Amino acid sequence: MTSREKILAAVQANQPDLTALPDLSGFDGQAFGSLAQFAEVLTAVGGKIFHVANYAAIIKIILAQYGSGVRIVTQLEELKKLTRDNLESLSQIHDLHDVEVAIIAARFGVAENGAVWITEEEMQHRVVPFIAQHLAVIIHEDAIVPTMHQAYDRIANTTYNFGTFIAGPSKTADIEQSLVIGAHGPRSMTVFVLKNS
Amino acid sequence: MIKQAGKDHAELADDFNRDEDRVNWHDETLWFIREKRDKAAHKIPEWESLREAASQIKNNVLSNLNNYLLQFEKNAVANGIEVHWAADAAEHNAIVHRLINEANVVRMVKSKSMLTEECGLNEYLAKHGIEVIDSDLGERIVQLAEEPPSHIVLPCIHKKKEEIGEIFHKHLGIDAGISDPQFLTEAARQHLREIFLTRKVALTGVNFAVAETGEFVVCTNEGNADMGAHLADVHIASMGIEKLIPERKHLGVFLRLLTRSATGQPITTYSSHFKKPRAGKKMHIILVDNGRTVQLGRQDFRNSLKCIRCAACMNTCPVYRRSGGHSYHTAIAGPIGSILAPNLDMKQYADLPFASTLCGSCSNVCPVKIDIHEQLYKWRQVLVKEGYVPAAKKAAMQVMAGTLSSPTLYKLAGKAGRFTIKYAPFAVSNSLNPWFKQRDMPAAPKQSFGEWYKQNRD
Ligand code: SF4
Repeated sequence: MTSREKILAAVQANQPDLTALPDLSGFDGQAFGSLAQFAEVLTAVGGKIFHVANYAAIIKIILAQYGSGVRIVTQLEELKKLTRDNLESLSQIHDLHDVEVAIIAARFGVAENGAVWITEEEMQHRVVPFIAQHLAVIIHEDAIVPTMHQAYDRIANTTYNFGTFIAGPSKTADIEQSLVIGAHGPRSMTVFVLKNS
Repeated sequence: MIKQAGKDHAELADDFNRDEDRVNWHDETLWFIREKRDKAAHKIPEWESLREAASQIKNNVLSNLNNYLLQFEKNAVANGIEVHWAADAAEHNAIVHRLINEANVVRMVKSKSMLTEECGLNEYLAKHGIEVIDSDLGERIVQLAEEPPSHIVLPCIHKKKEEIGEIFHKHLGIDAGISDPQFLTEAARQHLREIFLTRKVALTGVNFAVAETGEFVVCTNEGNADMGAHLADVHIASMGIEKLIPERKHLGVFLRLLTRSATGQPITTYSSHFKKPRAGKKMHIILVDNGRTVQLGRQDFRNSLKCIRCAACMNTCPVYRRSGGHSYHTAIAGPIGSILAPNLDMKQYADLPFASTLCGSCSNVCPVKIDIHEQLYKWRQVLVKEGYVPAAKKAAMQVMAGTLSSPTLYKLAGKAGRFTIKYAPFAVSNSLNPWFKQRDMPAAPKQSFGEWYKQNRD
């Protein structure tokens, strides 16, 4: 008998009688607000938020924060002038080790926890939102869902190879419970909320 | 696990209690985290319904686990993930070793995985000439100190910053006498970045695996699991078979509960969903039994397999807070660890179900509603019956049984401190009497022990 067969047989023999799954339709997220709450929670978990009218405003803020001398990567056509990199033709992901800022479009944000959902498609390379010293994310103002239940409703029928919720900069409190921002991932996270044009 | 030979929980707790300031700090800090959990939970009006839903989902998982395992395997394979099955710790370790050999390397980076602690993976690989570096900051600290983690979420909660500065001075070459957490974290960041960029094999744990889609989710605050996995050619993910959940939408329930219960944060910084390997790279999943199917067959204890490893039961436990994680001499400390460990080895872990006041605070905070304190009580009975409990404890047990069966005595006991501490001295080693002086008693359970006992006596 292989271990696979052994484990499956033991599970089969030992598992209790089938019980039903709960109905999750009651979790409708009504108690949660939207953009204002998203902004509040994101700030509380160490993120920054800017409400902007267009991409020109984003470029201005990025340049003001980081200057033009640092390595910025982005896949977004509208921000191409901020970057000298073409992520699509990058042959070795380890070359991203000195990226200062990564700017990525997110699919939506979650009001209850300040997280944004990003898939590999928007990242181009999975390591981008983690290896950059600073992360900037762009979402549309109407792309906010109240809770994780609506988040998964929204993800439900999409396909992705890799996707992640990111809520704020990387952090740790492993040393005596003192919160330190900038563990292994970005030292800051900025979310640009684009107004509908 | 590094085990101090022969000492049981009470003796190890004695060791921990020698430094009173440290014990007080440990106690207060964990209670503070428990309070953060309360605040986060109170912000969610439907919290109790969420716990109930999580509990029901996990009950369903346990009742249909064979089908979910098959479904997960099929979907993961279709996604391009290689699936391995390990009956026990030895087989798990051998699979990891083989995969490292196949990648032609002798070094690996690993993010937090309590399962690999349970399996003794690091020690096994070290014996075979493979270097493993733990990338979670707390785990790296205890690894450098040559100690096991003392807490499943906060691995080095037992260490003071001055000691960590000393460890980094010795191993990472920082100046002596530095204890600023910001500085120490930065030093670790620089050190581990180098590791992430040079390791070709990365191992991560798994928080949840979805049968419906064949994907798995890994949650961290530091981003270390992602840094390791996305920069390596080979990603190995180790998971206990009980980590499965039926559908992706169920993640919504668990991700809402997990970090609020653990640290009071609304969600971890990163909740990463791995569905397919990167183009041209390899992804492996190891499904590990190691006693889980046996526990599944123990009607009284199978619920312990619902655990999502949030550590809320440890943070709230008056015994854990004042005895420290190492006193449990097992990979998973605290109340839940004391249920899981005897399943693996009744003799070695016979002391653990007694390291509890049975106050019920653990069961009250558990996000998947495991009846933790009731299971601890049941383990005591099993262990006594099987002859694993020393005579002294047995005598004390009889005193307790007497107390519990006499309504007057028991009510008195309840008034005196609500719980059995005073009348069941065996439950809390005498040397741990400072517990009585605690400023913060754990929140009282909704169902009192008396009510519970009445219900369960027959
Ligand atoms: S038993 Fe419950 S409270 Fe304890 S770690 Fe597991 S899920 Fe969390």
